[in-house]
Amino acid sequence: MHSGKITPGTSDNLSLDQSIRMKEGTRTKNMLINVGPSHPAMHGIIRIIAELSGETIMNVDVEIGYLHRGFEKMSELGQYNHVIPYTDRLNYVSPLINNFGFCLAVEKLMEIDTPERAKYIRVIMSEISRITDHLTCVGASAMELGAMTAFLYMIKAREILWELVEDVTGARLTISYGRIGGVKADLPEGFEEKTKSAIKETRNVIREVDGLLTRNRIFVDRMKGTGKISAEDCIGYSITGPFARGSGVQFDVRKANPYLVYDRTEFEVPIGDAGDNYDRYLVRMEEMEQSMRIIEQCFAQMPPGEVQSNLEGFSVPADHMVDEAKMGRISSFAGGEAIADPTLEGSGKRFHPMIKTLAKDVSLPPKEDAYGNIEGLMNHFKMVMFGHGVKPPKGEVYFPVEGANGELGFYVVSDGTDRPYRVRVRPPCFTIMQALPILLKGGMMADLVPTFGSVNMIGGELDR
Amino acid sequence: MEYMATAASHYDVDRFGAALPRFTPRQSDVLFVVGTISHKMAPVLKEIFDQMADPKWVVAFGVCTCTGGFYDNYATVMGIDTIIPVDVYIPGCPPRPENVLDGLMKLQAKIEKHVDRLAQKMEMAEHVSV
Amino acid sequence: MSLSEEVSKRFPDVVSQTHQKAGDETIIVRGGDGILALTRALRDDPHFAFNYLIDLTAVDYLTMGVQPRFAVVYHLFSLEKNHRLRIKVPVEESNATLPSVTSIWPAANWFEREVWDMFGIHFSGHPNLKRILMYEEFKGHALRKDYPWNKRQPLIGPVN
Repeated sequence: MHSGKITPGTSDNLSLDQSIRMKEGTRTKNMLINVGPSHPAMHGIIRIIAELSGETIMNVDVEIGYLHRGFEKMSELGQYNHVIPYTDRLNYVSPLINNFGFCLAVEKLMEIDTPERAKYIRVIMSEISRITDHLTCVGASAMELGAMTAFLYMIKAREILWELVEDVTGARLTISYGRIGGVKADLPEGFEEKTKSAIKETRNVIREVDGLLTRNRIFVDRMKGTGKISAEDCIGYSITGPFARGSGVQFDVRKANPYLVYDRTEFEVPIGDAGDNYDRYLVRMEEMEQSMRIIEQCFAQMPPGEVQSNLEGFSVPADHMVDEAKMGRISSFAGGEAIADPTLEGSGKRFHPMIKTLAKDVSLPPKEDAYGNIEGLMNHFKMVMFGHGVKPPKGEVYFPVEGANGELGFYVVSDGTDRPYRVRVRPPCFTIMQALPILLKGGMMADLVPTFGSVNMIGGELDR
Repeated sequence: MEYMATAASHYDVDRFGAALPRFTPRQSDVLFVVGTISHKMAPVLKEIFDQMADPKWVVAFGVCTCTGGFYDNYATVMGIDTIIPVDVYIPGCPPRPENVLDGLMKLQAKIEKHVDRLAQKMEMAEHVSV
Repeated sequence: MSLSEEVSKRFPDVVSQTHQKAGDETIIVRGGDGILALTRALRDDPHFAFNYLIDLTAVDYLTMGVQPRFAVVYHLFSLEKNHRLRIKVPVEESNATLPSVTSIWPAANWFEREVWDMFGIHFSGHPNLKRILMYEEFKGHALRKDYPWNKRQPLIGPVN
């Protein structure tokens, strides 16, 4: 042991034991630990270089860019609708919000309005995406703290919701469902009942996980007081979404700049006050409940799907229709409806006016028209050939939507041709990752795990 | 994302014996490369592969690791088999969990065949030396 | 009077044009010199109160034939007043440098690093201007229109 009085550190950033050691003639140096790029916190590839003094984090440097796939360059190569599969893969846990964000930006530039039902469908699918994102975030961060059960329950709920998404769009994750001017296809039959039972299941799961985690001593000890950030810092670092709301910033794009039908639905935006991980966890749990409220209200308010058209009520198998059309014998199926493959269910002529805008320079005509009459054929040609297609007027537009992590904005610059000139995504978790040093400095190494979990960094969105 | 879904209870990769992801390469047998590999990540991937002890196998998960997918641009590696040898390719963007389980079973079959052949060779070698 | 016209009236020697196309208030600034003062005033003045720097990006107008070649675009948002503004700053290719606004909004740090990485526009006064999405050995600036989309510079492995 040492002799003499202990006088705590001569400079104010030395801890007690450091100063003791210095008195005894040992020099201590801070240790640099490299977390990543391939590391156990399953959120994606990122490199955090932490300077540690004992267990305390003195300084943090974050290096990103390991998943940079050139989204912005690729979107300049194809047409406007070709960008949509690339947007799926931005925030791959809530892909529908990205799709619709891009479509809304281009629609704002072209000043076209989508049909009412398409708007409601977009809101329902966006909210389902938001719920799956929050489930993944809370589940994964609980697992990293050791609560494997919470993870399994949340993923079970996510699977139920992904089955819903698969029913509508055909894929679980990379759905390419939005189109400029509407959505790809209408909701399948029985979707409302399925969604209602899925919502009931999800509410049960959330209640169970709430009972497991919210008052759990270990969880609260690890999450309360860690990763604190003040509201002023949030604003200065341009942080939005549940992260900022956990610190008390009252900002939700759905309330501030309402788009689609959010101004017709009633929902609350949970706001925290302590700005630590625990408040953010509570904000996310409550937001899931509010999203489910929005979905229920949308189902109640949505206009019906089929339009009373002058179809003569008979249907023709799709391949037969195509063969006849190629031989020019269109009178045999004129006025009828095509029975297509189940993957094209909901995109027929019956549903078309409700899910896509009727503007001829924006959406593809229904296949019965493309094969059935010359106007439809010409319309189809004008939409798919290179040099033709969706051609917004020259100009630029910025459209913000509320992504699961915060404000997701699309800045689209158009030069009047059918290819986008510049597509810029304003990634919500980019700004949050920038503020990571503030969140981690002064905390312990073990606090890195829950803080990083509550950041909800999605590699696809951060690096694009 | 789909790896997480495959490992969870609905599809459960545990029943195939692949439950434990170990995040250190030195203790692992199989390297699942999930997601697009950019040129910035490529040296890191090579280092991880080099750190694994023999015998080791590599599974390319997702079409971006198999061939590069539709990200044919300045930033991505067109297929990780240009950097490290791959044993099983699981295509899909993202592959469905059933595809992942199928790929895992193919890998297990391949390993069994390799082990059998190795055992056969050792038997033959014993035969000759005696 | 619309927001962009108000800003233009307040700072007539900095702002050269305004428009509200597609419903977005936009001001186009004469050059990079007045940017610091303008943005500081926009943040501090309680009438504008732009406390959020939502986005900072750039556009390369090479193939559109517009001079000057680059424009750096700032998107601002005010939480109290709930209004948005876009500021466009034209940047010459020969003198591609602008003062950094990290002293006004700390969020600009990584945004400006990304603009440097992708477009090659330098920001003077930036604390740490190095590449963020690409690796240091990468030569060139990827989002410029004259950088081919498939030109690879691999660190290891073949150039395919």
